[in-house]
Amino acid sequence: MTTALFVQQVLNGLLDGVYYLLIALGLSLIFSLGGIVNLAHGGFFAIGAYLTITLAEYLGFGGAFVVAPVAVALLGVVIERFLFRPFYRADPLLSLLLTFGLALVAEQTLRWIYGAAPMSFAIPQGLRGQIWIGDFSYSYYRTILIGVAILCVAGLWVLLHKTAFGRVVRAGVQNPDMVGALGISLEPYMAGIAALGIGLAGLAGVLLAPIYAVHPAMGQEIITPAFVVVVIGGLGSFWGVVVAALLVGLVKGLMIAFGYTAFSTAAIYLMMMLVLLFRPRGLFGERIQRFE
Amino acid sequence: MKKLFRPTRRALIKGAGATAAVAGISGFPAISRAQADVIRIGHLTPRTGFLGVLGDYAVMAADQAADEINAAGGVLGRKIELLKEDSVNPQTASTKAERMIERDKVACIVGEISSASCLTIAQVAQRTKNLFVNTGGNSDALRGSNCNRYMFHVESQNSMYVKTVGRSLLAGNMVKGKKWYSLTADYAFGHDLLRVAKRFMEQNGGQFAADELVPTDLSDFSSILTKIRNSKPDLVVSNLAGNQITNFLKQYSEFGLEFPVAGFGFDTAVAWGAGKGNFFGTWPLVWHHLIDTAGSKKFVADFTARYKKPPENQAWGDYIALKILAQAMNDAKSIEAVQIIEHLEKEPKFDLLKTRPGYFRKYDHQLMHEMYAVEALKANELKNQWDIYRPSAPVPAPNEPLDVIAATAEENACKMT
Repeated sequence: MTTALFVQQVLNGLLDGVYYLLIALGLSLIFSLGGIVNLAHGGFFAIGAYLTITLAEYLGFGGAFVVAPVAVALLGVVIERFLFRPFYRADPLLSLLLTFGLALVAEQTLRWIYGAAPMSFAIPQGLRGQIWIGDFSYSYYRTILIGVAILCVAGLWVLLHKTAFGRVVRAGVQNPDMVGALGISLEPYMAGIAALGIGLAGLAGVLLAPIYAVHPAMGQEIITPAFVVVVIGGLGSFWGVVVAALLVGLVKGLMIAFGYTAFSTAAIYLMMMLVLLFRPRGLFGERIQRFE
Repeated sequence: MKKLFRPTRRALIKGAGATAAVAGISGFPAISRAQADVIRIGHLTPRTGFLGVLGDYAVMAADQAADEINAAGGVLGRKIELLKEDSVNPQTASTKAERMIERDKVACIVGEISSASCLTIAQVAQRTKNLFVNTGGNSDALRGSNCNRYMFHVESQNSMYVKTVGRSLLAGNMVKGKKWYSLTADYAFGHDLLRVAKRFMEQNGGQFAADELVPTDLSDFSSILTKIRNSKPDLVVSNLAGNQITNFLKQYSEFGLEFPVAGFGFDTAVAWGAGKGNFFGTWPLVWHHLIDTAGSKKFVADFTARYKKPPENQAWGDYIALKILAQAMNDAKSIEAVQIIEHLEKEPKFDLLKTRPGYFRKYDHQLMHEMYAVEALKANELKNQWDIYRPSAPVPAPNEPLDVIAATAEENACKMT
């Protein structure tokens, strides 16, 4: 394998990880702060993709890129307010059932409105093509995708680590009772986190609609690897999720690069098993009292 | 005294939630308490999962066929009634088939797309001595090592698909001395198709540049496409299935690869869903909406009027299966499986909306009929979102017998049980 080829394969793997990252960050945040395992997260990803196709007819892809994630985030706020909120202090099994039901409702609603067949959608003309540097070539669209994802991750990091909002959220993850005792209500923060996390899933849907099949069950397909990422990364750790997502993508990509395509998706589950054996809290998981 | 069972609100919610979850997984049972004078036909096909795309068309077409049959006077003077369910997976498919036969007393079962589910339904059909008409399972094994007397196949076998596209490839000099890069869906259907495709390639002097099994849950093809670009094959061959073909087409186009592409398994819906400029190559079809016969034109017009979109190949499969069954029951003057099988084994001809009528071959119960190898139109040749390929002449040619594209007894031995 030449160096150029190897670098391309590493990039392919990392980019695959970036998709999981956009989904897994939201999953991890919503679970860490609210204790809700959001099985419906993939549903928001799918809604983002479908909205893109509908909106692109009127606003173009650029317009859809801006409007669709915001619309999905608003939907997230509504769902948080009326469905998640009653369950924060309830038996986790109940919220699990709730979000499992929501995932089914989301998928069936998309099937009902748009039909089961994949929706016709392609990369906009101006974003097609390849970037060539000598022997090295890479899809122009994917290069943009990586850029957008890096911006999102950086923005989220700044928000969580450099602002007052972020400080309360991180304190809430560690010890919600203490935050309450200090007279701070976590409810509006939870709404913010739901909007962010679910909006990110919607954004992933927008970004992937041009290169993946857009069909009602697409959310279901991405949710399982996203959970694997959260488990490997460990709860409460921002960088844990980032590293785990890239690692999952990389392992998958390199398995294919070295000729083990048939085992590429199984490998990430094996990796999860190994991590859990040796580090039950995940690679960078923090010790969070209420989850122990 | 300690109470053994104390219902609480929480337990109730848990119970309700669990019930909802179970119902969601298995699909709601068909509610049917119809009159005794209708003929019930069970329709099973995947509605969810990666084959759900095709199941949707199957159900639409089955409804249309049932309405047409009833409007024309029904079967033996009785109306037919469809009991439709999501077959989900092989285990659920067999449970539902059993229930349809034993509880709902259906006259026969029609449908399915997954070869693995076909097999489990066929086992139930054989055990209960009921008829099963397969409209979408391709695997040769279903017509070979797993063939049984109670199963008939409207869907073509993998060998027919391979030999149909194979003729185009031979004509285009894409086999002898050429290197194929093959991608195969890693489950029963893919393995069976790969076996048949490999046999064809080797018989005609081709060889593999690479031969990869692709997990069915893989949606990002970038790592594979990079390898394809690097290996510079003469032909990229798809033995993929369902939405995976859509993913492959979209990303192949994104990567700007220009090696010729051919597929041995295909459904039009996956290409309609790929988007403008993302469809290319040569693909086999059992039927398509551009066939120039009066029958096909009427079917397309009626379907389009009813559902606001043209039918795809899977729609034809379920539509024609019900039409054939109705005619066979009328001609055999019976709805009993044994009598229908005896009648069909005399190889009567049926109108299939194509240029030539077809028949079920007695040997393996495979429908002998014309197939098509379509060539994708270029983006600048497209006139609308549906007519994405050039209509082709039927395979085999008019002067050849229909069974020349089917597997021979040596290639696929069937001992009816």
